[in-house]
Amino acid sequence: MPKRTPFFERLAPYNEPQVWDHWVGYLSAPRYQYSAITEYYAIRDGAGVFDTSPLFKYRISGSGAGKFLDQMMVRSMSTMPVGKGRYTCWCNSEGFVVEDGVVLRVAHDEYLIATAQPNLRYLRRLSPGRNVSVEDVSESYGMLALQGPHSISVLRELTSDLEDLGYFGVTNVVLGDIPVTISRTGFTGDLGYEIWVEHATAEALFDLLFSAGMGYNIKPVGEVALSMARIEAGLLLIDVDFQSARFAWVDAQRETPVELGWGWMVDLDRDFIGRDAIAAEDAGGTTRWQTVGLTVDWHDYERLHEGLGLVAPKEGVLTQDTMSVYRRDGTYAGYATSFVFSSLLKRHIAIAKLPLDLTAAGSQVELELVPIHRPENVSATVVDMPFYAPAHKLGPVGRPSTAPAMTEQ
Amino acid sequence: MTDQYDAIVVGGGHNGLVNAAYLAKAGLRTLVLERRSLVGGAAITEELVPGFQFTTFSYALSLIRPDIVHDLALTDHGMKVLPLPHTLQVGRDGDYLVLGSDTYENFHEIARHSIEDAEAYLDFTHMTERLCHAMKPLMDMVPPNSVSDHPDDLAAMARLQEYLAGLDEDLQELLEVIWTGSVTEILDRYFENELLKSLLASSSIIGSKVGPRSPGSALVWLYHIIGEYDGTFGEWGFHKGGNGGFSRVLARAAESWGATIRTSAPVTEVIVNDGAAVGVRLEGGEELAAPIVVSALDPRRTFTELVDPSFLPDDLTAAITSMKFQGTAAKVNFALDGLPPIPGLEGRPEVFEGFTNIGPSIDYLETAFADCEAGRFSRRPFLDVCVQSTLDPDMAPPGKHVMSCFVMYAPYHLKLADGTEADWDAEREQLGDTVQETLEEFFPGFGKLVIHREIVTPLDIERTVGLTEGNIFAGELFAPQMFFNRPAPGWNQYRTPIEGYYQCGSGTHPGGCVIGGPGKLAAGQIVADRQMAVG
Ligand SMILES: Cc1cc2nc3c(=O)[nH]c(=O)nc-3n(C[C@H](O)[C@H](O)[C@H](O)COP(=O)(O)OP(=O)(O)OC[C@H]3O[C@@H](n4cnc5c(N)ncnc54)[C@H](O)[C@@H]3O)c2cc1C
Repeated sequence: MPKRTPFFERLAPYNEPQVWDHWVGYLSAPRYQYSAITEYYAIRDGAGVFDTSPLFKYRISGSGAGKFLDQMMVRSMSTMPVGKGRYTCWCNSEGFVVEDGVVLRVAHDEYLIATAQPNLRYLRRLSPGRNVSVEDVSESYGMLALQGPHSISVLRELTSDLEDLGYFGVTNVVLGDIPVTISRTGFTGDLGYEIWVEHATAEALFDLLFSAGMGYNIKPVGEVALSMARIEAGLLLIDVDFQSARFAWVDAQRETPVELGWGWMVDLDRDFIGRDAIAAEDAGGTTRWQTVGLTVDWHDYERLHEGLGLVAPKEGVLTQDTMSVYRRDGTYAGYATSFVFSSLLKRHIAIAKLPLDLTAAGSQVELELVPIHRPENVSATVVDMPFYAPAHKLGPVGRPSTAPAMTEQ
Repeated sequence: MTDQYDAIVVGGGHNGLVNAAYLAKAGLRTLVLERRSLVGGAAITEELVPGFQFTTFSYALSLIRPDIVHDLALTDHGMKVLPLPHTLQVGRDGDYLVLGSDTYENFHEIARHSIEDAEAYLDFTHMTERLCHAMKPLMDMVPPNSVSDHPDDLAAMARLQEYLAGLDEDLQELLEVIWTGSVTEILDRYFENELLKSLLASSSIIGSKVGPRSPGSALVWLYHIIGEYDGTFGEWGFHKGGNGGFSRVLARAAESWGATIRTSAPVTEVIVNDGAAVGVRLEGGEELAAPIVVSALDPRRTFTELVDPSFLPDDLTAAITSMKFQGTAAKVNFALDGLPPIPGLEGRPEVFEGFTNIGPSIDYLETAFADCEAGRFSRRPFLDVCVQSTLDPDMAPPGKHVMSCFVMYAPYHLKLADGTEADWDAEREQLGDTVQETLEEFFPGFGKLVIHREIVTPLDIERTVGLTEGNIFAGELFAPQMFFNRPAPGWNQYRTPIEGYYQCGSGTHPGGCVIGGPGKLAAGQIVADRQMAVG
């Protein structure tokens, strides 16, 4: 029987279609409304709440914690100040990515990480006797992602202690009378926060947030809306855009940080698991492909469907599965792993893996669609990701933005 | 006068802005002259009470031509349209109908009222989607000149006839009704339930002097469902910050393409020399020169005010003089202290996130129309209610709301009981009271929530925006004034008899609404003519 997160009882009444997905053994809503589009706009315009409690959560502590994480992660963690988080991946010794996640440094010798797959044994086996303790706190905490330009407006109703929390900052605050750990992070590419709350007070926190958020269009958002946002943000999803090297069968299924577009994380002057293999990849030029953005040519997409007598599908288009990509001459080039109609950008976008000669922004390719049973290609252009990166994601949160003056031009 | 500009666009409504953006994108030094202190025309947002953003005139978006969004890169300039999740038809005694995006939710919702209608709605929706798809190309083309003998024009007419003759037979038959018939002729083929019929019929009367049973209402209906939201016909959204937010996106886009926008610049006259436009004169006498002048105003102003009609052929002036404007719409907008209660839907505030229609039966709508025919504003008007702040939190302070009410019918030519012409300025508050009483009837306790009320009469629309007789579309959307007849046969391709003088307002094809089509198609003609001239 699937498990229920600490927020389940609160979320269930919002689930209009009453459809639940199973996410690592927990009930998780694909959508709360019949169409995910209003939830998507809660993320992009108001405040969306996604229940990330099913993630596996670990506390890594002890005087050796920083050193251990430095050794494990592609990015250094001990050099990160307390009160900061870093997005990183970790690799196996062949230099293939195992997983990715945000590591939060909540105290000098204490780190938190939430991961998509179980990692207690993995972490413990890598850290024998180094003054490190790894604790599975998955069941101790509920976790909510509060995302959207008004996420700060909601929190401001409850505390004034978050004004200075910068992008990727983390802090402990009390909301109402509920202590929480809150980081300015998320999986949407928008302004947003992730809140860790103890299981016992999870429901109370939920109620607090939703009453504080009433004037800001706060809404629970499901997996579909989250995916729409994360693709626009160019954020890769495990088991969709890549697979864990740990559970892959062959190297064709495994990817290096550079191939995933995470080369920026890698510092070869440091020692970490997979470093030598990545250095060899770098020196030998063995990178097989790169992960890039594609935007579909709007006019070509219209032409293709009109030519078949169809209305070109837009709203609701979301494919998180392989789609083939061809060169303009029709030969095979690579594949897309995520494809969505971006309602905000009014175009179809995709995350794709392409051979190195096609990864420069502006490169022209064709994406394979199946409008009526048989494949047809549509023109697409390689672009740099993210597709959408609003200034408010990174910037200081400042004072509540009053609506822009409309009376004068 | 020296030519500082290649083109001057008169009127900074959304069509003027779209037109200017396309012209600037094509490399023309383009100036927009707007009479008011803000751009947008009928698509503006005003903060009438601190923190409350009022969409004084237009309030929702659907018809904007999708290719404009791409051609002008509008999303780069902040275009953001929040989709309406559903439409609520409020009935009497706790009855209601909410239609959203899920096919079988809608089925069961309609089945509460009529099981056969629920099934008919599946057929009806499929039919309307096919109909809209078939007619969409007509929205995006320059209509052929129907009165010319030129071989090119004859060929264009033939191509159009061929296209229409190639449509599925059921659509062809339906189109016969659409051109001349009433929406009830179509709805009666499918439905029996009044709440459902009146919900669908509401699109057939917007801004037009027709009731749902009047000939002509079918075309108004089609016009209002042929827009789209992300590829779904008939879906609407609220632009962030109201439709004024959209106008400001257009202004930014136009400026980014190189156009200059000047506000508080009323044009009194287009200067014509030897049958050709050479510039404009502003109030106060300033003259600005350009070989191309585009009027983004309505046809009356384009042909009878900006230029001396004696320059024009008689058939054109006759057509423009007899063109029907006869505005019938008003707005009453509110700042509210909270969401109004709806009997039967207590505790479901989200129902306000879409259109909320007051007008629960075809008879209700017809009774409202009968008042209009008699020269009165409707004693129980049809109201298209939008509480935009439920979807766009920046429209009102947290917990408070703005409510836009589009009101049918409010005839421009108002008559007193004795048949003499009444003064709208004297009737204004009564219109506001009538709307408020109607809302009170359907949302008991509504009045207690009102913080502020803005009343916009057809006369206000005419005076403020410049739309003749307050017609919201710059001319009725009736077949004799549409497509190759808009604004007049032979003058439907954005040119005028005066060389270098063009028209791009809602009085040209495809017509009114926040649609941009006139501005875009006119720009195409202007740029093509210029290329011809340059050779
Ligand atoms: C009350 C109301 C509600 C509506 N609701 C909707 C809706 O919800 N959705 C929708 O799609 N459509 C709606 N419409 C219709 C839509 O708003 C109009 O059809 C459209 O905005 C007209 O645009 P336009 O650019 O053609 O003309 P206008 O908006 O009329 O622009 C003309 C501009 O020219 C300026 N001008 C006039 N004279 C001069 C001069 N001599 N010199 C310089 N400038 C001048 C005016 O100030 C104005 O800015 C509504 C209209 C009204 C009035």
